[in-house]
Amino acid sequence: MRPSAVRLLNILVPIKRAVDYAVKIRVNPEQTGIDLNVKHSMNPFDEIAVEEAVRIRERLKDAVKSIKVVTIGPPKSAETLRTALAMGADSAVHVEIPESAPSPEPLGVAKTLKALIERQKEGVDVVILGKQAIDDDAGQTGQMLAGLMGWSQATFASKVEVNPEQKVANITREIDGGLEELRCKLPVIITTDLRQVQLLNEPRYASLPNIMKAKKKPVEKLTAAELGVDITPRLETIKVTEPPKRVGGGKVANVDELLAKLKEAGITGKRA
Amino acid sequence: MIVLDTRKYNYVRLHGYVPLRTTSADILIKPLHFPNLFVLESEALFSMLALKSGRLITARNLHRNLRPVITSQRSRQISTYNVDIAGLTEEQAEFRNAVAEFAERELAPRAAQIDKSNNFPSDVWEKLGDMGLLGITVSSKYGGLDLGYFYHTLAMEELSRASGSVALSYGAHSNLCVNQIHRHGTDAQKQKYLPDLIAGKKVGSLAMSEPGSGSDVVSMSLRADKIDGGWKLNGNKFWITNGPTASTLVVYAKTAPERGSKGITAFIIENTFEGFSTHQKLDKFGMRGSDTCELVFDNCKVPEENVLGQVNKGAGVLMSGLDLERLVLSGGPLGLAQAAFDYAVEYVHDRKQFGQPVGTFQLMQGKIADMYTSINASRAYVYAVARACDRGQISRRDCAGAILYSTEKAIEVALEGMQCLGGNGYINDYPMGRILRDSRLYAVGAGTQEIRRMLIGREFNEQFKSS
Repeated sequence: MRPSAVRLLNILVPIKRAVDYAVKIRVNPEQTGIDLNVKHSMNPFDEIAVEEAVRIRERLKDAVKSIKVVTIGPPKSAETLRTALAMGADSAVHVEIPESAPSPEPLGVAKTLKALIERQKEGVDVVILGKQAIDDDAGQTGQMLAGLMGWSQATFASKVEVNPEQKVANITREIDGGLEELRCKLPVIITTDLRQVQLLNEPRYASLPNIMKAKKKPVEKLTAAELGVDITPRLETIKVTEPPKRVGGGKVANVDELLAKLKEAGITGKRA
Repeated sequence: MIVLDTRKYNYVRLHGYVPLRTTSADILIKPLHFPNLFVLESEALFSMLALKSGRLITARNLHRNLRPVITSQRSRQISTYNVDIAGLTEEQAEFRNAVAEFAERELAPRAAQIDKSNNFPSDVWEKLGDMGLLGITVSSKYGGLDLGYFYHTLAMEELSRASGSVALSYGAHSNLCVNQIHRHGTDAQKQKYLPDLIAGKKVGSLAMSEPGSGSDVVSMSLRADKIDGGWKLNGNKFWITNGPTASTLVVYAKTAPERGSKGITAFIIENTFEGFSTHQKLDKFGMRGSDTCELVFDNCKVPEENVLGQVNKGAGVLMSGLDLERLVLSGGPLGLAQAAFDYAVEYVHDRKQFGQPVGTFQLMQGKIADMYTSINASRAYVYAVARACDRGQISRRDCAGAILYSTEKAIEVALEGMQCLGGNGYINDYPMGRILRDSRLYAVGAGTQEIRRMLIGREFNEQFKSS
């Protein structure tokens, strides 16, 4: 049975190439940033976003028309796009910035995504991205994009259900107090989280046949200038240093002494 | 209430961003005035905790970012493999990364357990199949990747780096069995056997050695007598990798014993054929995750269409197969050596004695240098031979040379790596013992070091023979 009035969904997944989580971070000698000459890979939160997009398609089947991934980064970011294509995305957009250019800030990214979305002739219904990147931990891009577009948003999603016929998405969010269930009208911006108790999903690894197929999928190359967006950073990093070395703690003889010390430090152990 | 002093637990690492399953929703409270003390809200084993390295986490957003991790040892995922020196193209590097990630995820965490259990984990075959690893050199017509021997060697190396024994069984299945059927089989045979082998639904094996015919493999005595509709096999095969679980086996037998090497034929055997059985699994020194056993043929009936290649022309199939087997299996020692080195070099920088990391003492620096250069030199030779084979230049002396050299170096590196760990190298909680035990296999598997040396010397003798 073909749903006649429903437009097929177009999903956009912005991803970021960041320093691999397993790398031991070192501050560079000039103290202007960290040593970037290390292994990079897709931001783990974005991996979850790509996986979620692919799972939405597995659940809704023909109702999803396309899954497009986009990244803003240096030429090497093309590898990250290919990983996403191997995981199941259909096509990719690479907004290329020079190797030496500073990493764009969330507002710049959000503006670029807005320009890109407005360029899509067939429109975008769901934008799903990681809640934050593990290099800057900003956690702002999704929300800023929603503000710029005037779209609904559901951040820190732990469960996503898209209903194309009713043009809504039912999303469960993880918040401090517990779980919040939202119903958002499409188009919607969703940011993915690593759920503590129940994973949103576990990203599939790309198999070799899929990796080889991904080479044939289209990758569109653009620049921020072509999109009419200025992504120069507005923040200046003055200094980056390692956290102060640990100082010794005190040893306590028994639980009573521990409680006394904790009370001294102002910790009462009473729940607020 | 448990109080954890983090200064004691140097080996606890933090993977705050890794999507790992939690076993309990433990929450830590970090009193800001006591930077090293953590109070657990619930009673949980603190060996299961991981902490965010280098960052101060306040109690408020702690629960969002913590991910309790079960690690009794550190998990290291960055290798010292030198991509530039290896000379990989972008595509080859991408391929290698994909296999490395697969191996890190699926095999490395289980390697120690697999070795202890003395069993190949049967679920791994389909995982290898899904990943596309079982048909690297096979045409896409049968579900393979249509890539060459270089890629197959790369895959062998990365799997071996995670688990030497799984890689050995993988090599026997994907090269010894699958590749031989692909090279010499009829279209009907390939259509019948390859798809399941490549998907990992069936396990493959190859049998040439016998209890009385090891290095002198051509002296094999497994007889194949002609009967109506096919052949009848009688005899034994020994040291057969995957023997206990294989359903498709490439077996060499003497169809004309009086003609010696010109009387050998290759057959495709199914383990369900009447008269085929296996003796119990061999208890080996190493490669304990790779199942090995003796095969018994007692009037085993094989249909005519299961002859692989031509009757009495099996020696050619066998010998040319051995060249490529030696090449691809050379990846095994490379991976083992890399694993040993990666572990040792990190250890010697963590372990402190006399107030400094032991890796800064000159003798240890020497060990690091020797291990590193040995690995890179063996890798350069193996890769060069692999590239030549892909160009069609298959050289017997170099295929033998590649595995001869990389095996010797791997055993040396594994021994030295164990020495780098000092007393801890001797304890089975550390992986060095397993890596060393696994590396020893390559000195006798796919030909002994002595046979390899003999082959190379003999080739030169032939070349320089005065007419």
